Amino acid sequence: MDLVQVSSVRTPRTRDELTLAPGEVFLGGGTWLYSEPQPDVTGVVDLTSMGWAPIERRRGGALRLSATCTLEQLHGLSLPEVSESGGEAGVETRVAADRGLGGAAHPVFAQAVRSFLAGAKVWRTATVGGNLCFAAPASPIPALAALLDASIRVWGPGGKRRIAADAFVTGAGRTALAAGELVRAIDIPAAALASRTAWRRIALAPLGRAGVFAGGRREASGLTVIMIAGARTRPGVLRFERMPAPDELAEAVGSLGDWYADPHGSPDWRRAMAVRLAEEVRFELAGAGA
Amino acid sequence: MRLTVNGMPQDVEPQPGQVLRTLLRGLGHYEVKRGCDAGDCGACTVLLDGQAVNSCIIPAHRVEGREVTTVQGIGTSESLAPVQERFIAAGGFQCGYCTPGMVVMASTFDEEELAELPQSLKGNLCRCTGYRSIGDAVTGICNTAPPGISNGDPAYGQAVAPPAARRVVSGEEAYTLDEDPPAGMLHLAVLGSPHAHARVVYLDASRALSLPGVHAVLTAEDSPAVRFSSARHEHREDDPDDQLVIDTVMRFRGQRVAAVVAETRRIAEQACALIEVGYDLIPAVYAPDEARREGAPVLHPDRSVHDRVADAARNTVVRFDEGERADEVDAALASAPHRYTGTFETHRITHVAMEAPAARGWVDEAGRYVLRTSTQVPFLTRDELARVFGLEREQVRVLTGRVGGGFGSKQEMLVEDLVLLAMLKTGAPVEYEWTRTDTMTIAPTRHPMTLTVSIGADDAGHFTALDLDVLADAGAYGNHTGGVLHHGVTESTEIYHWGAKRVHAEGVYTNNVPSGAFRGYGLGQVMFAIESAIDELALSMGLTPAELRRRNMITADDGFGGGVLDDLAIGSYGLDQCLDWVEGRLAESASESWRPTGLPRTTVSRPTGPEWAEGTGLALAMIATLPPRGHFAEASVTLQRDGTYLISVGTSEFGNGTTTAHVQFAATALNADASQFVVQQSDTDVTGYDTGAFGSAGTVVAGRAVHSAALGLRDRLVAAAAARLGVAESECALDSGGVAGPGGARVGFAELVDALAPRSGRVRHTASSDGSPRSVAFNVQGFRVAVSRATGEVRILQSVHAADAGTVINPEQLRGQIEGGVAQGIGTVLYENLIVHDGVVETPVLRQYHVPQYADLPLTETFFADTYDLLGPRGAKSMSEAPYNPVAPALANAIRDALGVRPHSTQLTRDAVWALANGEGAS
Repeated sequence: MDLVQVSSVRTPRTRDELTLAPGEVFLGGGTWLYSEPQPDVTGVVDLTSMGWAPIERRRGGALRLSATCTLEQLHGLSLPEVSESGGEAGVETRVAADRGLGGAAHPVFAQAVRSFLAGAKVWRTATVGGNLCFAAPASPIPALAALLDASIRVWGPGGKRRIAADAFVTGAGRTALAAGELVRAIDIPAAALASRTAWRRIALAPLGRAGVFAGGRREASGLTVIMIAGARTRPGVLRFERMPAPDELAEAVGSLGDWYADPHGSPDWRRAMAVRLAEEVRFELAGAGA
Repeated sequence: MRLTVNGMPQDVEPQPGQVLRTLLRGLGHYEVKRGCDAGDCGACTVLLDGQAVNSCIIPAHRVEGREVTTVQGIGTSESLAPVQERFIAAGGFQCGYCTPGMVVMASTFDEEELAELPQSLKGNLCRCTGYRSIGDAVTGICNTAPPGISNGDPAYGQAVAPPAARRVVSGEEAYTLDEDPPAGMLHLAVLGSPHAHARVVYLDASRALSLPGVHAVLTAEDSPAVRFSSARHEHREDDPDDQLVIDTVMRFRGQRVAAVVAETRRIAEQACALIEVGYDLIPAVYAPDEARREGAPVLHPDRSVHDRVADAARNTVVRFDEGERADEVDAALASAPHRYTGTFETHRITHVAMEAPAARGWVDEAGRYVLRTSTQVPFLTRDELARVFGLEREQVRVLTGRVGGGFGSKQEMLVEDLVLLAMLKTGAPVEYEWTRTDTMTIAPTRHPMTLTVSIGADDAGHFTALDLDVLADAGAYGNHTGGVLHHGVTESTEIYHWGAKRVHAEGVYTNNVPSGAFRGYGLGQVMFAIESAIDELALSMGLTPAELRRRNMITADDGFGGGVLDDLAIGSYGLDQCLDWVEGRLAESASESWRPTGLPRTTVSRPTGPEWAEGTGLALAMIATLPPRGHFAEASVTLQRDGTYLISVGTSEFGNGTTTAHVQFAATALNADASQFVVQQSDTDVTGYDTGAFGSAGTVVAGRAVHSAALGLRDRLVAAAAARLGVAESECALDSGGVAGPGGARVGFAELVDALAPRSGRVRHTASSDGSPRSVAFNVQGFRVAVSRATGEVRILQSVHAADAGTVINPEQLRGQIEGGVAQGIGTVLYENLIVHDGVVETPVLRQYHVPQYADLPLTETFFADTYDLLGPRGAKSMSEAPYNPVAPALANAIRDALGVRPHSTQLTRDAVWALANGEGAS
């Protein structure tokens, strides 16, 4: 919808232009910002004009997702690596170039994107940074980032800093960002990309807005990470030196607490679904790595 | 900024904060619809550089240099693209408001996307169809008859495509706001109350008025002092006069405090934020049972029975008792060997017609106030506007374009009064369009009810008594509450023989959003309680649910009587056929080898294993074919010199398919091709009167008038031709080219028109219908479900629906109405819940209020009973509200059968079913 109080649109090219004036907010894809009235927003600063490469390979096999990487581009990470150049031109060539960057964890990117209530039309516009900062319990990207031990690269008036993904969301719709700060990128370490992953979600409708996410990954060392989101105000991450037994996992997940209530599920149901989906994730990981 | 739209270069400067959808509509691309304005519904889908996007959430400043394709760029009505032809062939729309976006989306599908339609279509919502016909359209199934139904092959009974089909699928059909605005048009925005109960004690609009572009701020001081009801009925005295255009007392959150009229919508909304208001808070009450107790805050202390408020001091807008042998009920229940008593709740849901209410007004050359509005009731709206504003009826003209869905939500005057007030104040044309959130937060909802039902039966399985207590939440204003309660307890109980019957009903004011007319008009809520209770009684007696119903339901030889039922009769009876068929289908699927079938390109597995339980359920429904105490329609059919016929009718088209039916009536009567007809409709200028398109009346009342007019015209044409040929009328017959006489003699249309109407060139015949006597239609719904005790998932394995609609006018449309009604019923039970806490709607957008997507719905198999209604036009009965009513109880009964636990609420989302299966809320 039109944002009727907005009187300025800035399209910055350099970091120096990223200082917010009063009433200004950062614009990622805009699929949330333009979906609700924003009575306090008088200006938008469009980050997509910064021209950040959406996905970059970093030193040591790490992966950088720019804040402006779209969900469609993220989905592309799940395409299997291909030997020949399959793309025809333009967009498709770039998607093809991203193949293989997802590592052993690659299926989880598409699974996360398909967890959105919104479909492919919105994936073309919505960004990973925008969803991370939206930070609703139903947001898949904070859950994905927490599962993959990501480090959130933050730019702000005070300089650059990093926030661990599992500390980035502080509550339903709240983040650790200070005023004027923005997310530059989500950096995913090589160890997480090299792990086997599993992903589950459930909603009150087959493809509805998610009520619960359970993600898991298992590293070669045996380290097993289980992530629960959606069911709680913020993602919760459990770490096990080895694959936990079903009872041990159920106990740990059930004790996370902070179960969320909103139109997408009762707290009791969410807790039960978190335990159930976590066990499905454990079972899949145990089978895959055995 | 330069961009290309449908191949045409454009140079346009977007406003800051503007989205692509607004930019495109500003360029005259009205085919791009405003549905939710939030990226949820897909009505605004366009291609951006060849890829589908929701244009309502694309910042306009980003489309510089890019290429936009709307549905008009895919194909126009003159030259449709194959994907558009497929939507016509399949019958893939009803109101059609979602169709341009749906067509654009479908145009992008490759084989991979076709293979997973639930995922591919999840961003495009349709409220009318239930998606089967859309799946057929996308996959190329043909369900409608080819154009050119000709002589000897009457249109009646054929799957004729809607007359507007080519314009709908190309986006050319104009809905309310899809025309160029009148010059100098202003826009209206409303400041809503932040409080559920408060008095406005201070209002300063000076800052708003000083904003450049603001022409007026309307407040209670500008409002006429005449009270009215937003509900509209043939008899205005049906509804309480408890509303003002703008009041000083706020009785629900979002109620109008003031309205700004400005040169743009943006300025009007900006100015609303500048109005300073002081409120005195009044204690609020949100629960109906609390509201009717002594000492509760009183919402309408100054109203009385003269305003048709039954007991204002107890917040009771309506209260009544009825029944036959009511004084025997207690004794009959006490002595009954079998009885069941249960209390049931129906939760709050809303319509989500894809087009939000909107109106545009201007003054015509004759000085009349003209309102183009999204209403189901143009004539009733005209009459009430004239009354409230002290105008002559002739000074007001109300008309509609095609209306983008109704379901009862537009049998209500929600925007027109403010537009007229703004026009009177400013002298300029004015537009007021609701947002999607307005439709979720201030539009009247379906009445939530609490119902306690007791049924007694003897050892032979015959009911001996019914005791029914109904409490409805009217919300802040009474509007339809009286009608909903009176109707709600009628056909739902009259369908059975009870012995003794006692009904007590109350509708109570609260500080919640008002309740209003909703598909089924109260019947669905009451049927949920009664059909649930009958199921429990059958189980306790060791009878099948079908058998207990069969022993007690009315038969073909029964009648009705008393009060408003005096003109109700069983004009045709197919209830037995419907029940037998549904019972039979559910029995067939009991076989272990039976496999479910889903919507096109979906797979439905029949799950096994310890967490899953399977069950079946069914429910009956009956509905009068139109509202009681008079429903009037006048219609005319006009022959023009070129051989085309013009049908003029008052009723609106909003996906109910009445326009198609009217063409079929007329084409068959006049032995003409359906393509020879043009319909002009829903305009107080084109015909004398029409009560309106509600209570499923469009087919049987307006349809009868059209049919009579066409028959009358036929007789005049044949008589005139016979006279010219000098032969007997019995030797002449009308066909698509004129009148054929004996021996190959012919009189052409031009000759007939010249003879009968030499000056006007048009031969017009008018007829009317008074909506009495009335018949009843029957519906039976059955489900087989699998329920997961572990997750609460309810997987519908089988959905079967039998309908007795009399003779079938158009089988594809009838099937579509049924599928859509079943879909809305499933949405009600499994997905939708308008959550209101302390007067605040917590589900104000579609991503919070889950309207069924393609992925959510089963394939519904339909059956049409073989009957001919003695009271309906050409044996037909109405069928648009009716299919919705039995769905909720049938689904609850199936879940009960699976889990062994009785649901007592219509709200059966997965978390609720999980709680039910795991020991909470058990009976």
